[in-house]
Amino acid sequence: MPSLGADMESGILIEWLVKPGDRVHRGDIVAVVETDKGAIEIEIFEDAIVAELLVAPDTEVAVGTPLARLDKVGGQPVIAAAPTPAATRTPPAQPVQVTTPVRPAPVQPTALQPVKAPPVQRPAPAPVQPAAEMRRKISPAARKHAREYGVDLDRVVGTGDGGVVTVADVEQWRGVAAAAAPAPIPPRAARPTAPETTAMRRAIAAAMSRSKREIPHYYLAHTIDLEPALRWLEGRNAARPIEQRLVYGALLLKAVARAATQVPALNGYWRDGAFVGSDTVDVGVVISLRGGGLAAPALHDVTGMDIDVLMTALKDATERARRGRLKSSELTSATITVSSLGDTGVEAVYAVIHPPQVAIVGFGAVVSRPWVVDDGLHIRRVITATLAADHRASDGHEGARFLAALARHLSNPEAL
Amino acid sequence: MNATQLKDAVLEALYSVAPEAEGEPINPGASLRDQLDIDSMDFLNFLVALKDAVGVEVPEADYAQVATLDDCVRYLTARLPAAT
Repeated sequence: MPSLGADMESGILIEWLVKPGDRVHRGDIVAVVETDKGAIEIEIFEDAIVAELLVAPDTEVAVGTPLARLDKVGGQPVIAAAPTPAATRTPPAQPVQVTTPVRPAPVQPTALQPVKAPPVQRPAPAPVQPAAEMRRKISPAARKHAREYGVDLDRVVGTGDGGVVTVADVEQWRGVAAAAAPAPIPPRAARPTAPETTAMRRAIAAAMSRSKREIPHYYLAHTIDLEPALRWLEGRNAARPIEQRLVYGALLLKAVARAATQVPALNGYWRDGAFVGSDTVDVGVVISLRGGGLAAPALHDVTGMDIDVLMTALKDATERARRGRLKSSELTSATITVSSLGDTGVEAVYAVIHPPQVAIVGFGAVVSRPWVVDDGLHIRRVITATLAADHRASDGHEGARFLAALARHLSNPEAL
Repeated sequence: MNATQLKDAVLEALYSVAPEAEGEPINPGASLRDQLDIDSMDFLNFLVALKDAVGVEVPEADYAQVATLDDCVRYLTARLPAAT
């Protein structure tokens, strides 16, 4: 069970997407795990053959527990190949736990399992998820509601369009059940965790308390003329099909990454009493979840990313965050985070740093304001960018340089 | 495509960006973004899904004309690719 955040202690294995004998490749999604942060897809970090699944679905296990045993491709037990290649960075996570019981090398598969020679042509069918699950006639909100209150959905009559069970139906049933039965409805086959939202709240509470307890934040704000960037964007979008349109949020992320490259003291982690910088800028994007709570998937190496590629990645991460299907690697690798609350209309966000990162950039709403350009007064669309940074790792002067660089990049959108 | 089919297509596209709302009642005259708490990225994804389903592309300048469910149906009805 990989650690998907500093405060994660355990996770529930929800489902396996592979079975023994399957050939897996680095980056494949092999399992889904439910954590305080919602359902997370677990990626595998090496090419191998699944030898044995060690944890059954619906089991809660502690971080660090081996979930499966892998054989190296070609019939050798993977333990020989052990010290997890590739995944060198991603500091706070332990990338591989998904696999190899990392122990010296006592009893190993060779003895237990005469590793079947190249597994007899099982064409490793891509584990197709039954689409049926999505189509069952229960609204996801109702499903969640039912889970929280221990309502057996089989008993609830759906009254929504086409017989869909809605939140109102669950409520209705709860009312009827409460009236009929004096005893409270026992939560069904209670999982050992609290309802999702509460668990996520707890995770946020732990991380944010730690942040405010340990990190001496300093805050800077800078209002930036966004007119050049928005005009450039509008012109570009008007000339392109909808699939290729950009949202200004993508420009902001790119500008943040560029500026962070120039002020490296803001990009990385504070660990064991020292700042550890990162070579790439992996930007965590805070996405508010509608049921409450938030997720902050990371986009890797944004500085080097073409703006269209960045837009696609952002779109994809947003969609998956909404569906509760982020990947394990996305949750652990951000080196700086961006929080935009512009859609709500607030003008500035003074955000709280996600440990062990050392900086978080906030963006408020785009608003029209009287603005002096050269010697004239104009109406311009402006945005307030804020920086909350860890004073152990950087000083206000560097923070100020960062915001100035950010403004410069946004004034020259063609170059982003 | 008639108005009912259009409405269904709009809802389908909405559910693709707000899956938790599937099956929940939607007020046809109220802002979709407010009701479903949809941000600008979700809204763009919604319009892309809508284009795939219906074949009508909503330019950025027209976003105000597709704010509610009723607006969407009206807007799309007027612009459906010439068919039946």
